Amino acid sequence: MSPETAILVAISLPLAGALAIALSGRIHPNLREGVTLATAAALIWVVWGLLPTLMAGGRPAVEVSQIMPGLTIAFRVEPLGMLFAALASGLWLINSIYSIGYMRGNAEKNQTRFYVCFALSLAATMGVAFSGNLLTLFLFYELLTLSTYPLVAHKGDEATVRSARVYLGILLSTSIGLFLPAIIWTYMVAGTGDFVLGGILSGKLAGPEVGLLLGLFVYGIGKAAVMPAHRWLPAAMVAPTPVSALLHAVAVVKTGVFAITKIIVYIFGVDFLFATPSSGWLLYVAAFTIIVASLVALRQTNIKRLLAYSTIAQLSYVVMAAAILKPLAEVGAAIHMVAHAFGKITLFFAAGAIYVASKKTEIYQLRGIGRRMPWTMAAFTIGALSMIGVPPTAGFVSKWYILAGAFEAENLVAVFTIIASTVLNAAYFLPILYMAWFEREEPGGKEHGEAPFAAVLALCITALLTLGFFLFNGPVIELESQVVRGLT
Amino acid sequence: MKLLELLGYYNYWVFAIVLMVGLYAVISKANLIKKLIGLSIFQSAVFLLYITMDKVEGGTAPIIQAGVEDQIFSNPLPQVLILTAIVVGVSTLALGLAIVVRIKESYGTIEEYEILDAD
Amino acid sequence: MNLTDQLPALQVVVPMLSAPLIVLLQPRGLAWAGATAAGLVSFAIAVALASAVLGGETLTYSMGGWPAPYGIALEVDAFSALLLLIVTGAGAAALLAARPSVDKQIELGLQPLFYAAWLLGLTGLVGIVVSADAFNIFVFMEISSLASYILIAGGPDRRALPAVFKYLIMGTIGATFYLIGVGLIYMMTGTLNLADMEARIGDVVALNPILVAAGFITIGLALKAAVFPLHVWLPNAYTHSPHMVTVFLAACATKVALYVLIRFDTSVFQAKLDTHEMQFALFAMPLAILGILVASAVAMFEGHLKRLLATSSVAQIGYILLGASFVSHAGLTAGVMHMFNHALAKGGLFLAVACIGYHYRDLRLSQLGGVAARMPWTCGALLLCGLSLIGIPGTAGFISKWLLITAALESGPWGWTLVAVILVSSLMAVVYIWRIVEALYFQAPVESDTPVSEAPLQLLLVTWGVALLNVVFGLFPAIPLALANASASLLTGGAP
Repeated sequence: MSPETAILVAISLPLAGALAIALSGRIHPNLREGVTLATAAALIWVVWGLLPTLMAGGRPAVEVSQIMPGLTIAFRVEPLGMLFAALASGLWLINSIYSIGYMRGNAEKNQTRFYVCFALSLAATMGVAFSGNLLTLFLFYELLTLSTYPLVAHKGDEATVRSARVYLGILLSTSIGLFLPAIIWTYMVAGTGDFVLGGILSGKLAGPEVGLLLGLFVYGIGKAAVMPAHRWLPAAMVAPTPVSALLHAVAVVKTGVFAITKIIVYIFGVDFLFATPSSGWLLYVAAFTIIVASLVALRQTNIKRLLAYSTIAQLSYVVMAAAILKPLAEVGAAIHMVAHAFGKITLFFAAGAIYVASKKTEIYQLRGIGRRMPWTMAAFTIGALSMIGVPPTAGFVSKWYILAGAFEAENLVAVFTIIASTVLNAAYFLPILYMAWFEREEPGGKEHGEAPFAAVLALCITALLTLGFFLFNGPVIELESQVVRGLT
Repeated sequence: MKLLELLGYYNYWVFAIVLMVGLYAVISKANLIKKLIGLSIFQSAVFLLYITMDKVEGGTAPIIQAGVEDQIFSNPLPQVLILTAIVVGVSTLALGLAIVVRIKESYGTIEEYEILDAD
Repeated sequence: MNLTDQLPALQVVVPMLSAPLIVLLQPRGLAWAGATAAGLVSFAIAVALASAVLGGETLTYSMGGWPAPYGIALEVDAFSALLLLIVTGAGAAALLAARPSVDKQIELGLQPLFYAAWLLGLTGLVGIVVSADAFNIFVFMEISSLASYILIAGGPDRRALPAVFKYLIMGTIGATFYLIGVGLIYMMTGTLNLADMEARIGDVVALNPILVAAGFITIGLALKAAVFPLHVWLPNAYTHSPHMVTVFLAACATKVALYVLIRFDTSVFQAKLDTHEMQFALFAMPLAILGILVASAVAMFEGHLKRLLATSSVAQIGYILLGASFVSHAGLTAGVMHMFNHALAKGGLFLAVACIGYHYRDLRLSQLGGVAARMPWTCGALLLCGLSLIGIPGTAGFISKWLLITAALESGPWGWTLVAVILVSSLMAVVYIWRIVEALYFQAPVESDTPVSEAPLQLLLVTWGVALLNVVFGLFPAIPLALANASASLLTGGAP
């Protein structure tokens, strides 16, 4: 398969999978789950098959249709997108294993719709990752919003639908109200929206307009959850946990920060932005989001909501890293997407496993749970340590790079923010770990053991990945350094 | 002189007045039949406008006669047009009346307010 | 003389002569088959015309061999070709799907008359589009209007009767205004041929009657086109008419009136009347903006599925008018393009409504809980067309939104305000479309006596066909875009 074909296959494979899942769902659940796993595995094979080409410096591209002169639907694989696609497709397989355990363990309704929409959202994610210009990015960005809406509203009761409405409302209104004008502005000014290394706006826009356009992009991409456009993420926590795990820790939110990073690197150009003072506000907004979201997380009592606010803070790490506008920090931004994905998906998996096994959702209920669910809590611990950034976890690696970039830029705000947020992360995760492992369980609780095997297997794998990334991150850093080498 | 000039356009004045009478009836009357009558008056005004414009001073019917030269004719085209318009008007009126009959059958009234109350 | 030269006349003649023949076809099903055949032939003719026009020709046909400006001329250029595609496409698609729905809503014995009226409506609409003669346009306009009054009132819902009466009154006033305007122009120029009119207006010394005529014509056509605030007849007429009639009329009827409006205001008056451009822009733009905002807001709070979509049509007409009111190449391209794209989106939506209406009598949103579970395919198509109406990228609606925003930005310092209006109204569209989605997908099912399944296959296939066209023309809009571009060039009198 040529790399160009592989791009198209990567996007259409989950679509075909969705259709097959819908049809097989009428025959038997086992067949349906089989199709899901087979599609996920095939997607990994296709997407990861692109890696050697990328490592060798290839940039496969393909144009699907020309809507108007200069306005095309086109795909182009570059290191950032490659990393994102590889990450999302890899975690989809693990997440599907977990979903099977979770959905069956909970006896959820409408499971076919769930798996179909999941496959659709993966197709949209692949489209985002491989998009070759702003219009294509926007197209798949919206498709991702729409295909995840049924997943968020899965439960279907009044409160859930209301939360799903918040989810859809914020994401659609920011994208149509701000992202779209930003895109149109870019096309009007630059005559194109193609992602080109070094940017397309240099010399065509100057002064405060640059900062304004950047603002339209950052807030238009509501999926990045930069405050105050973050409200949708806690609202989305009403979804079943596998959705929160893959979509609201990896695919959807990473689409947001990925898009912002990509726009900074390929539309504005790092050097251009660095030379334009009016864009400096982004760093402060991201720093503000990190601190405030961490403070809010400190006050949460519900496990999933705590994880949601932690995600908001971690997303802004990526945005801040990108906004430091130094090569090491850009690498840090890319790596942090991976590191956070491994850690946060583990945490969500653990939270879901606890819910399936014991129906517990609040933090105070976790006293002594480590003895009943040792595997789950061990994984949770690894995930939490990665969020704090303790070696030997993935979180340490990315923080190292971001800090290095901050020092290179002599950016004290960034340095201070990273230190402060590390303290805050520790302040909200360590008490949970202490409670789970060292306190005694409340008497009269329900007897329970570990969650279904599929769920435990999945969370152990992701915990191992979190640890493994600390040791084996060479290829990822090498790949992302390609972007940087092009920069300097 | 000015006044006389204005009066000289009396056809157009009549056109405007009849037009407004019709429009007023359409808007103000609640009875559907009266509304249709208003509509007919409204359309008739336009016929007058067209007939007025085709008249040429001293002109006759546009029939070419052998041996008669230098004949002045009235413009036949507006008359033809307005014949068509009259046909259109009659069909509209007929259809309107048919609808009123059906309204009467299903609502039992042809007063606008009573119909609004019925639903 | 080859066949292509005859096509403009055949376009009108085929449905016109088929209509009386249909009345004779009494046995069940034959009337439908005959009407559908006529509709499909009309569509084929429109496609042939469009391909000829895309090749760069303008087809002219002189009735009875009398040359224009003395005889009556039919003329097909890019603008009319696009409109012909919309009208005959909507007519043919709706007819193709119509049978199951019509069988349920129209008495068997009356069906031949119903289909005959349908074909007359089609005749009138295509007649307006191909005519190059102002009075001929009036006659065809009344033919189409009379036919649509009959069609709307033909259903089982008695509330259609007062609605259609209101439509008849307002429609007739609009047509009469138009007639007055045409009379005044004839008085000053002595011609009824549009192209001739455009040329001769330049020679007129006393311009006041022409300006008055422009006013009468614009207002009269705005009434027919349901331009805000002259739209009051539209929501009820579309809500209570038989479902298939709504599909047909919502997709093309008002657009044809807008077509004439744009023809007159941008080409006939524009070229020679100095002040007219500003007059038209100042008249149309505020109405368009108000229409977009107010109608979208009303739709957001509307509780009846059909009336919600009908109200949204008023807002969409605003988009078309907004594009035209820029009187620029980009603006007209956007407006004309939106005619095409809106016909696709709204036609698809009303087809899906017809599918739902096949099983559900009460189409209030509160009564539609659980429909998605029973009719998944129908609701899927409805969702797709809804996204196109919102203007999500990848669908046809996005193309016209993009063009419209680009045109607004080009239009001058106020461009950003207009962009804001377009974006805000898009968000409002999200709200009202999403109210439908939530009702269909997430509302608790209403208990019904009979188990409901999918709509008949015939209806469903056409619905999905139109829904998919929304995506196809969202990704590959080359053909309509070429026609829209050429229309804009014609209307602005400039090179493409």
